[in-house]
Amino acid sequence: MTQSIVVQVGQCGNQIGCRFWDLALREHAAVNKSGNYDESLSSFFRNVDSRYDDPANIPMGSGKGKIKALKARAVLVDMEEGVVSEMMKGPLREVFDFQQLITDVSGCGNNWAVGHKMYGTQYKEQLSDVIRRAAEFCDCLQCFFILHSMGGGTGSGVGTFILNLLEEEYPDVYRFVTAVYPSAEDDVVTSPYNSVLAMHQLTEKADCVLPVENQALMDIVNKIGQAIPSARTGKKTFFPTDVKAGSAINTGDGGLTKTSEEKPFDSMNNIVANLLLNMTSSARFEGSLNVDLNEITMNLVPFPKLHYLVASQSPLYTSADVHLPPRKLDQMFSDAFSRDHQLLRADPKHSLYLACALMVRGNVEISDVRRNIERLKPNLKFIHWNQEGWKTGLCAVPPVGQSYSLLTLANNTCIQHSFTDLRDRFVKLYKRKAHVHHYTHIEGMEVSDFNQSFESLNTLIDEYQALEKQMHNPPPPEPRLQILT
Amino acid sequence: MSIITLQLGQCGNQIGGQMFQSLMDDVHMKPINTLVPPNRNEEYINDVLSTFFYQDGRSENQLPRARAVMVDMEPKVIAQTCMDAKKSGKWQYPDKQQLSQQRGSGNNWAHGFCIHGPKAKDQVIEMVQKEAEKCDNLGGFLSLMSLAGGTGSGVGAYITECLRDEFPHAFILNQVVWPYNTGEVIVQNYNAILTLSHLYRTVDAVIVMQNDHLHKICSQLLNIKKISFKDINKVICHKLLSILSPGTLHKYPGFTCSNSIGEIMEHMVPISDYKLLTMKNIPQMPESSIQFSSFQWHGLLKHLRQMLIADAAMEEGIDWQVKVGDETPRGGAKHNQSLANFLMLRGKDVNTADTTAFEDSMLYAPWVPPGGALLKGTQPRVFNQYEKSACLLSNSKSPIVQMDYTVGKAWNMFSSRGYVHQYNKHGLVDEDFVDSFVTLEQVIANYKNL
Repeated sequence: MTQSIVVQVGQCGNQIGCRFWDLALREHAAVNKSGNYDESLSSFFRNVDSRYDDPANIPMGSGKGKIKALKARAVLVDMEEGVVSEMMKGPLREVFDFQQLITDVSGCGNNWAVGHKMYGTQYKEQLSDVIRRAAEFCDCLQCFFILHSMGGGTGSGVGTFILNLLEEEYPDVYRFVTAVYPSAEDDVVTSPYNSVLAMHQLTEKADCVLPVENQALMDIVNKIGQAIPSARTGKKTFFPTDVKAGSAINTGDGGLTKTSEEKPFDSMNNIVANLLLNMTSSARFEGSLNVDLNEITMNLVPFPKLHYLVASQSPLYTSADVHLPPRKLDQMFSDAFSRDHQLLRADPKHSLYLACALMVRGNVEISDVRRNIERLKPNLKFIHWNQEGWKTGLCAVPPVGQSYSLLTLANNTCIQHSFTDLRDRFVKLYKRKAHVHHYTHIEGMEVSDFNQSFESLNTLIDEYQALEKQMHNPPPPEPRLQILT
Repeated sequence: MSIITLQLGQCGNQIGGQMFQSLMDDVHMKPINTLVPPNRNEEYINDVLSTFFYQDGRSENQLPRARAVMVDMEPKVIAQTCMDAKKSGKWQYPDKQQLSQQRGSGNNWAHGFCIHGPKAKDQVIEMVQKEAEKCDNLGGFLSLMSLAGGTGSGVGAYITECLRDEFPHAFILNQVVWPYNTGEVIVQNYNAILTLSHLYRTVDAVIVMQNDHLHKICSQLLNIKKISFKDINKVICHKLLSILSPGTLHKYPGFTCSNSIGEIMEHMVPISDYKLLTMKNIPQMPESSIQFSSFQWHGLLKHLRQMLIADAAMEEGIDWQVKVGDETPRGGAKHNQSLANFLMLRGKDVNTADTTAFEDSMLYAPWVPPGGALLKGTQPRVFNQYEKSACLLSNSKSPIVQMDYTVGKAWNMFSSRGYVHQYNKHGLVDEDFVDSFVTLEQVIANYKNL
C-alpha cells in the first residue's frame, strides 16, 4: 500500500484541508469497525504513540494493531497565523503534527511575488525539512496533494514554490494540485496576476491539476440550499430533512467539529474535500476494479501540459431511501455530465473530450457502468484517436451516509473558456501595467516573469483550441506502416 | 513432463489460481463419473499431479504444491489468490515463490517493462530456478498475463525475455488475454502492441483469448446473468486445460501423457513467423444442463470444423454459409485458413471419433505439406463433467482481425502523439513504438498472405 501527503497552503488551502481531514476521519470511522490501524488508514494517517513529545511511529505490521493516536500526513503552511492557529485550537488539533507546520505573521498581501520569491526563498530550507519529515514516515510515498487558491498571495505564491521544491526533491512522487480559481467578481484586484503567474508553474511542474472555481462551488451550495425547507434554514445552514444527515457532502457540523460555529465557506470546502476523498477512495479501499493514483494521470493526460481535469460529482445530495431503483442510478450518471454538477463553470458536453474517468463508489456493478457508458456516449464527443477514452474504477466502499456516488474526471477542451476569461482579466490589468511595480520591487521578480507566464497561458489555450477544432473536422488518418512482401 | 506456470499481474494471478483449482476439481471428480477403469483414472491423476504440482516424497500428509511463480507489483491480488488456494484444502502455493511490491505499474507498460521488470528480474529468475530444480523432467513454461495493464504486460514481457535468456532451450508458451474493445484502460492498445511485439520475438507460441469472446460465451452459452471476472477465468481455464491436461498423442500410442508443451509447440509452430494460436472448444453449457444432454462425436466435430472455417468463437451463431474452397473476388480463400491444428478429444468412445475432416488439405495454406498438419490427441477420461468434449488449438488467421483493429487504434493514437510522453518518461523511446508497429504489421501481413 502506498501513502500520500497533503500539503495545504494559505487560508483557502488550510480550510479545505481542515474539511478534508474531518471527512476522512469520519469515512474511516464508518468503515473501520475494528479500531485497528490497517492499510487503508495508513495511506493518509500514521499511528503514533502520543505519550512522547515527538510521537513515535507505531509501524503497521500485520494491520492488526490497535489505533493509538492518528496523525495526519499533512504539512500546513500559511504566511499569516489566523487560520492555522484557529485549527490548532479547534477539534482537529490532535490530528496535526505540530512539527509539520510553518507560519509567518505578516501574510503575502495578495502578492504572488511576495509568496513565491520572498517567502519561498526565505523558508526554503524549513519547508524542505518539514516535508522531508513527513516523507520519512512513509514506506512508499506515492503522491503529494497540494491544496491552495490561485487568487491570493500565499496559496498561489508559496504553493507553487512548494510545487517546484517537490519536483526537485521528489521527482518520482506524483504531484496533484487542487487549485481554487477566483471568480470574475473577486475582491482581490491582483488576483488575475496571481493566478496567471501561478498557472505557469502548475502547467510546468504539476502532474495533474484539479481546477475548482469558487463561483461554481457557490452555485452548487445554493442549489443544495434551495432543496432545503425554509423553516430549517434558521440556525444550522445545511441540515435539511431530504438531505441525509451525516452524508459526506453536507456535514459541516456534528462529530468532530461540533463545538465550532459553521463557517460560510465550509460547505464549499466540503465539496472540494469530497473530491479528494472520492478520488483516493479506490486507492484506499478494496473494489473489483481498483484505480491507483498513478493510473489517473496515465489514462487522462495524453499530452504533458494538458493535465487540467474537470471534475464533477453526483449525487450532490442524497435522498433518504437507500434502495435504489435503476433509474436513479442512471440519473446519477446523467447528472455528472450536466453543467450544474461541474466544479468549474464549464460545459464539457458541448466540447471535446480527450479522455474521461468514471470513478464509482458503492453498490454499483461493472454492467451498470457499461450500460451508462453506452447510453451517454452518443451525446459526448471524443477526440478521433481516442473514441474509447473511458477509464472506469469501482470501489466497494461508498461515501458515508450514501449508497453510491460517482466522480468523473474529464480532460476536456471546455476548460479553455475559463482560461480565456482569466487571460482577458489579466490583459485588462497588464496593458496598463497596473500594480506591476508591487511585484517587480520584490527581489528576484522580473517583468519577464509576467511575460513568460502570459505566454505559457497563451500556448496552453492555443493547444486546447487546436484540439477543439478537430471536433468537427478531424484530420485525415495517418496511413499505417506498409510492409514489403 | 512438468510445466512451471508463471502468473504475472492481476489477471495472470487470477487465471493461474483458477487453473490449479480447476485441475484439482477435475482430479477429485467422483471416480464413477470418469467412465474409465480405476487404474486408468489413478494414472491420469498421477499424471496431472506430476505435471502441474509438486509433492514432497517424504511427508505423506502434505498438500500438493502448484509448480508456480507469482509476480505482481501490488500485494493484494497475490495474497488473495494464495488464501483462496489454502481455503480449498486440496492444494497450495509453494512458500516464498511470490514476488510483490507496493506500487503498481499504473497501466503504464514502460513502467513495468523498464523499471519494475529489471528490479524484479533476479528474484524472479531465482524463484523459477528453484521451481525448476524440483522437476524431474521439465517440459516447459506456461506464462499467463493480460495485455491491457502495466504489470502483467510490461513486467510480464520483460520477465519472459529473461526466462528465454536463462533457459534458452526450454519451451515457453504464453497465454494472453485481450481486453474488452471498449476499454477499462485507455492506453490498452499501446500496452497490447508493445507486449505482443516483444513476446513475438521471444516465446515459442502465444495463445490469444479475447475478453469480448469469453464474455459472450459466459452470457450466451453458460447463461450467466451477472458476469464476473471469475466466470471468465473459468472459461479460460477450461480451454487451456482441455489441451494441457494429460492425453495420448496418436504419434505415440503407448504413452498416457505425451501431450507435452514441447510436442504441441513443435507441431503448432512450423515456422517461427507464425506463432499466434487460438482455441475453439465444444461443447460449453451450464453445469445444470450437462446431465440432460448427450452428444455424438460426429455432431460435435462437424460443428467444431465449421467453427474453424467460419472463425466462430463459439458454437452458437456459426455462419454455415462459409465453405472450404470458396474464393474471395481477389482469389484468396474465404474461409479461415490454418497452418496447423491440434485436436484433442476427451471422453467416452474417443477412439470411434472420425477426425478425417480436419485432415482435409483445403483447410490449410496451400504450401503446408499434406498429411502433416493435424496433430491428434485423445483421453478416454471424462473432462470437466462433459461426457464428450473436443478442443481445437489452431494456428490460423483468426486472431488477425483483432490484431489489425488494435494496431490501427494504437497507430491512430501514436500518430497524434497521444500519451507517448508517459512512456518516454520511463525510458521507452519513439523508436521502440515504431519497432513494435513494424513487428506486428509484419505479422499481420504474413498471416494475411497465408
